[in-house]
Amino acid sequence: MDLIRFYFRKLFSIVKNEILVLPSRIVVFLFFVLLLVIPLLTKDPYLLRILILTSIFAIFAASWDLLSGFTGQMNFGHALFFGVGAYSAATLNQQVHIPPWGSIPLGALGAVLAGLIIGIPCLRLKGTYLALTTLAFPIILMGVVFAIPSITGGELGISGLDRLARSRVVNYYIAVLVMMVLCTIMWKITDSHVGIVFHSIREDEVAVRAAGINTTRYKLLAFCLSGFFAGISGGLYAHFMRIAGPSTLEVSMSFQVVIWSIFGGVVTIWGPIGAVFILFPLMEFFRFWPQFRMLMFAFVILLILLYMPEGLLPWIRDKIEHECPRCKIRNVATRKSCRVCAAEME
Amino acid sequence: MLLDIIITGLINGSTYALLAIGFSLIFGVARIVNIAHTAFYMVASYCIYFVTHKLGYHPVLGMLAAVPVVTLLGLITYKLFIDPIREHEAAVLIGTIALAIALQEVMLIIFTGDYLSVPALIGGYFTIFDVKVFYQQLITFVAALIVLGALRLLLMKTRLGLAIRSTAEDREVANLMGMNESRVAMMTVGISIALAGFTGAVIVPLTIVEPFMWMHPLIMMMAVVVLGGLGSIKGSFVAAYILGFAEALVVFLIPMGAFLKGSVALSIMILVLLIRPEGLFGVAFEEER
Repeated sequence: MDLIRFYFRKLFSIVKNEILVLPSRIVVFLFFVLLLVIPLLTKDPYLLRILILTSIFAIFAASWDLLSGFTGQMNFGHALFFGVGAYSAATLNQQVHIPPWGSIPLGALGAVLAGLIIGIPCLRLKGTYLALTTLAFPIILMGVVFAIPSITGGELGISGLDRLARSRVVNYYIAVLVMMVLCTIMWKITDSHVGIVFHSIREDEVAVRAAGINTTRYKLLAFCLSGFFAGISGGLYAHFMRIAGPSTLEVSMSFQVVIWSIFGGVVTIWGPIGAVFILFPLMEFFRFWPQFRMLMFAFVILLILLYMPEGLLPWIRDKIEHECPRCKIRNVATRKSCRVCAAEME
Repeated sequence: MLLDIIITGLINGSTYALLAIGFSLIFGVARIVNIAHTAFYMVASYCIYFVTHKLGYHPVLGMLAAVPVVTLLGLITYKLFIDPIREHEAAVLIGTIALAIALQEVMLIIFTGDYLSVPALIGGYFTIFDVKVFYQQLITFVAALIVLGALRLLLMKTRLGLAIRSTAEDREVANLMGMNESRVAMMTVGISIALAGFTGAVIVPLTIVEPFMWMHPLIMMMAVVVLGGLGSIKGSFVAAYILGFAEALVVFLIPMGAFLKGSVALSIMILVLLIRPEGLFGVAFEEER
């Protein structure tokens, strides 16, 4: 009994001292809780469907941030990983009859392989060269997909895959939980030793190499990790939609993920996730005026960029939280003194 | 067959050369990766369609009108949306993507998604060795060469060209030498978009006009720019014809070639990059520029 009370107390103090002190943490906490209780409040299949797709694309956007935001290796062909993940999961499911819980991770391994294959030539390129070259890979693969319709189904894709689960609510919990777990893992990766190396590769690659770190290996690692997560989202997408088609490889798919990530703020992991949760449902909302949907989407992006070129979410965060000038810990904007070192906040 | 390949290759190559040089110019001077470049090419094509079919004038008038209209549109959108955020590279990137999508959607709303076409300036054809050569193809090719020549003169012989080249080489030093960097950037954007508009104008009788027609040229243009070396006009010129001919060869010689034309051209680009990471004529970039 005492033990339970001890853990309860500990939980309470963590909530009070770690979560409630910063508005951004409260928002993240509420966001997680809300996502978990939504099916209890409403069983509207349309709403759940939107949220499932949003979660899948949130993984996709965060994986782009892991590669392009953190290591600065601008990838314009991220749809490659998504498409390879979707197509390999679909083929494994249809030809070898592996159930979704097996085919999705195996499909993601296929995407890792794709990451290795494109990573090796691309590592010799930098900056804009890299960005424009990576754009080519999904298009090459798309040509191949169209050229061998007997295996890939050509324009129609591979359809009739197994469902993730029978009911919509279970589907929802699978997608949301996978999203939460994978995004937490990505966030932890960026916070770890490896993440620091990624950061420093973006800032100054020569300096990192001079410090005795094999940057090529780390960049390849970034390609593989990012490919893995994007592949999982591709597999989930294929199994949820029950079809893997050439639309997963389109240029617009690659552009979409860039738009989401930069709109939400790169080098954060939470930025792209938040952006997908804002922009994707917004697109559904614009369905009321189907003709003007994409146009309004484009204008929202252009206007927000004019005022917040660093991205929407970091801008909001800087408004509600300030950094302590002495100990560099974040505080609520309303505080007069730092919550840790009691220094004056100006 | 051989002549067909040569004609298609020359026409494709000239289109890509015009587009890629415009893209290179903006990138070199203003450091903007302008995804919307080919969207302006699409808008120019629609301008000509509008003048010929809706207003009923001669296509030449449409072509004369399209270039200034598109240039003006390009300058206005640049001033409104891109110039204020030029310091943030990532923001500029998605800004131009959003701009391209916006232009595509506006065209989709005005003209719907139908496949449209514009009549040739001079109808008819002549035959060499049993191969039809349309007069329009000849006009397109010659016009493209003339504009490329004029552009070369502008860049090499005039004061503006000197300013553009030196800003592309080193922005800060050019600024120190008394060139108004932002004005040069503005002029370059204008020239570059005018080139895109002109490309749309000369190629429109040979293609189908539709709101998504900017996607394929965009990809090929980027491949050309990378293959030739970023910022190298000569490189873009050579690479454009290489990729143009590669596409034509694939389409005519391989079954299912129409699906594979993009793949093969892009694979050539990647193979070359494996050997020469800075492109055919590019200079190896230093760490920061």
